[in-house]
Amino acid sequence: MSSATPEPSSPPRLILVVEDEAPVLRFLRTTLGAHGYSIVEAITGQQALVDAATRAPDLILLDLGLPDIDGVEVTRRIREWSVTPIIVLSARGREKDKIEALDAGADDYLTKPFSVGELLARMRVSLRNASRIPSASSEPLFEVQGLKVDLAARRVFVDEREIHLTRTEFNLLATLVRYAGRVVTHRQLLRDVWGPGSAGKSHYVRVYMGQLRHKLEVDPARPRYLETETGVGYRLAAE
Amino acid sequence: MSTDRPDPDALLRRLNAEASPKRGRLKVFFGASPGVGKTFAMLESARAKRRDGVTVLIGWIETHGRTETAALLEGLEVLPARRVEYRGVVLEEFDLDNALARKPDLLVVDELPHTNAPGSRHTRRWQDVAEIVEAGIDVYTTLNVQHLESLNDLVNRVTGVAVRETVPDSVLDGANEIEFIDLPPEALLERLAEGKVYVPDAASRATRHFFRRGNLLALRELALRRTAEHVDADVQTYRRDHEIQPTWPVAERILVCIRPNPESDRLVRTARRSAARLRADWIVAYVESPEQPPLSAAERGDLARTVRLAEELGAETITLNGPTVSEAVLAFAQKRNVSRILVGKPVHSHWRDRLRGSLLEQIVRGSGDIEVLVIPGGSPRSPGDAPERRRPPRPGLWPFFFSLGVVALCTAVCAAMLGTFDNSNLIMVYLLGVAVVASFYGRRPSALAALLSVAAFDFFFVPPHLTFAVTDTQYVVTFAVMLLVSVLISTLAARVRAQAQAAGRREERTQTLYRMSREVATARTEGEVSAALCRHVTGAVLGPAEVFLPGPNGGLVSPSTDGPLDQNERAVARWAYEHRSRAGLGTETLPGSSALYVPLVGAHAPVGVVGVRPAEELLPLAPDQLDLVEALAHQAASGYERVHNAEAAEQARVAAESERLRNTLLSSVSHDLRTPLATITGAASTLLDPGGLDETGQLELKEAIFDEAQRLNRFVGNLLDMTRLEAGPVALEREWQSLEELVGAALARLDRVLRGHTVTVALPEDLPLVRLDGVLFEQALVNVLDNAVKYTAPGTTISITARVEAATVSVEVADAGPGLPSGTEERVFEKFFRGGTGPAGSGLGLPICRAILAAHGGTARAENRPGGGALFRLVLPLEPPPPPAREDDREQRDA
Repeated sequence: MSSATPEPSSPPRLILVVEDEAPVLRFLRTTLGAHGYSIVEAITGQQALVDAATRAPDLILLDLGLPDIDGVEVTRRIREWSVTPIIVLSARGREKDKIEALDAGADDYLTKPFSVGELLARMRVSLRNASRIPSASSEPLFEVQGLKVDLAARRVFVDEREIHLTRTEFNLLATLVRYAGRVVTHRQLLRDVWGPGSAGKSHYVRVYMGQLRHKLEVDPARPRYLETETGVGYRLAAE
Repeated sequence: MSTDRPDPDALLRRLNAEASPKRGRLKVFFGASPGVGKTFAMLESARAKRRDGVTVLIGWIETHGRTETAALLEGLEVLPARRVEYRGVVLEEFDLDNALARKPDLLVVDELPHTNAPGSRHTRRWQDVAEIVEAGIDVYTTLNVQHLESLNDLVNRVTGVAVRETVPDSVLDGANEIEFIDLPPEALLERLAEGKVYVPDAASRATRHFFRRGNLLALRELALRRTAEHVDADVQTYRRDHEIQPTWPVAERILVCIRPNPESDRLVRTARRSAARLRADWIVAYVESPEQPPLSAAERGDLARTVRLAEELGAETITLNGPTVSEAVLAFAQKRNVSRILVGKPVHSHWRDRLRGSLLEQIVRGSGDIEVLVIPGGSPRSPGDAPERRRPPRPGLWPFFFSLGVVALCTAVCAAMLGTFDNSNLIMVYLLGVAVVASFYGRRPSALAALLSVAAFDFFFVPPHLTFAVTDTQYVVTFAVMLLVSVLISTLAARVRAQAQAAGRREERTQTLYRMSREVATARTEGEVSAALCRHVTGAVLGPAEVFLPGPNGGLVSPSTDGPLDQNERAVARWAYEHRSRAGLGTETLPGSSALYVPLVGAHAPVGVVGVRPAEELLPLAPDQLDLVEALAHQAASGYERVHNAEAAEQARVAAESERLRNTLLSSVSHDLRTPLATITGAASTLLDPGGLDETGQLELKEAIFDEAQRLNRFVGNLLDMTRLEAGPVALEREWQSLEELVGAALARLDRVLRGHTVTVALPEDLPLVRLDGVLFEQALVNVLDNAVKYTAPGTTISITARVEAATVSVEVADAGPGLPSGTEERVFEKFFRGGTGPAGSGLGLPICRAILAAHGGTARAENRPGGGALFRLVLPLEPPPPPAREDDREQRDA
């Protein structure tokens, strides 16, 4: 799964890169071009909104700190009419911005500075999910690094050994599986697993994630599957 | 004693006068009587000044309808009068505030002794003038000799005319120039006859009496002598300035003992004249002693007035304490090298001296080398102002019943003893009773007890019993001796009691001052000094007190917005502050105020004002109370100065510290930014032109670039965190967090850095959730781990453990490196501290870690492990756990 090229037999994917820093643009242009992506560049939020509509990109890389419109606002406006995957780029310590962007409809985020490996992995996940959306629920079996989740039968295996989960634990895992490889915010998990009205009870998530880790992970303190995005949420490893 | 040196005090005065360059010059046109032409001369001088280009303003002038005087006013600017309505009459007054606002070079103000209309800032015009001179404006003014304070009674005696409006001699003494306006009496009488002299009430007999040739001659002589004295003073100044050998003896020092009666004013005036003649310092002392009963309100008023008069005339005033008046006076006189003591002639009857011993005699006996002068007491008191008998408040009749009871008891005891004991022993029992009464209730009840005892003894125990008749004449002697001894005992006991009370009062005052000084010494803020001052001043005068301190914009502000004093009197406080002298109630300045305002004058400048409204029954305040308030104010002033100095020192220290930090930061930043940048630049430039570099070498360079960039990123992150943590209280995003999760996230972030080390994690399964800011705490863990990696060799183990203890949870990071240099366990948490052996690091990681823990109410500490290596312990307080999640813990498939 660590292939550096997009899926074969498909035309080059078009990526809209919204970034006002020329060196970062240069680096993304070179790197993404080398990995077989086509690129459209926008250096302001306004231009990004126009390009998103007129160039129909497959994915948008959006820096949150733009000179004109706030990146979160750009995300919100694009989401009013488009489901194109958006990955936002932001600095560490700006967790609030990230959550806001995710709530506004961004698919994932990357903390600057990031490595090319991380960037390509996020892009692959988002592109795959985007192409799969209509049939999301029709894919009942999820498998990664020895973790197997059968959504239909509600069964979980680690290295062929069946793990018994409580109902809530399973629901939590199932939600993460649905967004596998993408970050899921605490709020989203609470809403999806415990239902609306459970906002502010983030400790539920912490407790059950802990239980889940102890059941699924070899070393719960150094998890393989259930990654923590401190201050934002969780991510189920997808590759 | 050496005489070849100028008097240091005088030199100091001279220096002070020169050191205040802003002070205006005062010129007094001095005359012997009305009509000599002072106003005329003054206006002529003013016109001459104006011709020299000086801006002249006429502040107040009385032409008395004289046309030649009015003509001189022509062309001079005249300040409009201030109109004051008083009891339905509109009075015109000199407008002090306007004059100050106009700031002319020279202000002309006629009639210095004038009394201002009630409600004016000062009661007297000479005070207005003093304030104007203080403000740096030159003043011309006029004064007649009969208005001089020290000559007041002399003028009265010579002319028979009582002059009420007097001016302190210090005003004339302080004048920079005196111009004596002389007119021979004959010429004056001629002018009077021609109607050229304004006389307020020509018909009055007193006025006619005043303008007699004899009077005019006497007044002229007084005025000439007074002028000569001033000239003499000028000559001395000149000699001193030019270091001419002085021709006068060493200054004498005169001590004046005043008593709380109206005659003391005269004593003070006399003393002033002697002091001026002898060029002596003079001290006016009031003595408090247990011999004297407490003062009545009228006496306190007399005393306060006399002391004020003495101060106005330039005396040093002091309140002395001692077991007896004479002892206190003599001790003080010896201490201060007094050459001459002035006392008033006794006015009380002769027998009192016989009984109590004469004060005069005691002073004279103990005076040794000191001259003692007795000044005649003035006119006898008029019946109208006879002071009420001074006596302590009557405790009622109870003490007399008490003495009756005691005598009855003694009689009962004696009756029981009768037969067994001799009569002479019975007398002892009675004497004991008298002593008991005396020690409790003083002289009168014990005198009664003495009389009753004699009577009872006679009646019951001297044959024939139950009659007052005495058969044995020897008993008459017994009675007499018994009575005498009783009275003596009662007198002595009463005196001891009074002394104890006085000592108590003194002790109380000393205690107050002592407590104040202790509180001021330990006070660390202005507020604490203010609180102590208010409390003690209130205690001293039994009224509410309030402190005013200079605010940020120069005005005086009270720390409390709702102070106990009238807020409309801020101006009075302001005046006291600016002029460094008392104002308000009981003073000469704005006496209509409801409170007394005392400036807090420090070593260099006034630091504030304390206002106090004394209790009604204490008014007017006795000098010792005023002294106490002044002493408290003085202590407070030094307290404020100390606090200010401490604050300034602290600010300087903080400034120096931040300067040091800034320098360290700059050097650290430049070093820690440049080192990775150097690596990156070097490696990148090699890769741009690899030459013969093989694949492995190129990969190594690429890895170096990546690692250094990461390091740079961490460092910049640290800088940002530090800035954020130091910018003020950090807004924590607290949530219930799992420590296991955060440890995991930290390890994940440092994945690449930790490659070379073995990391073991052993966390208890039942670790509770902790409410904290996850992002910050993860950073704290990252910094500790990063630090461990930096200071230990690759291949060693780093272990992470956690445990719950009491109400805390601690996370420990232990390494197997060389450990911390001994003594640096605390210093590693200081900014930019670097362990001696370690590689270049930012020196920010651990301080940030500690700051993060502190923000959570926790601690970060370091120690060396017994087996070697360092141990970092992050301790967090535990809160009660959140309500558990509602859930069936059953397995889902059983549902």
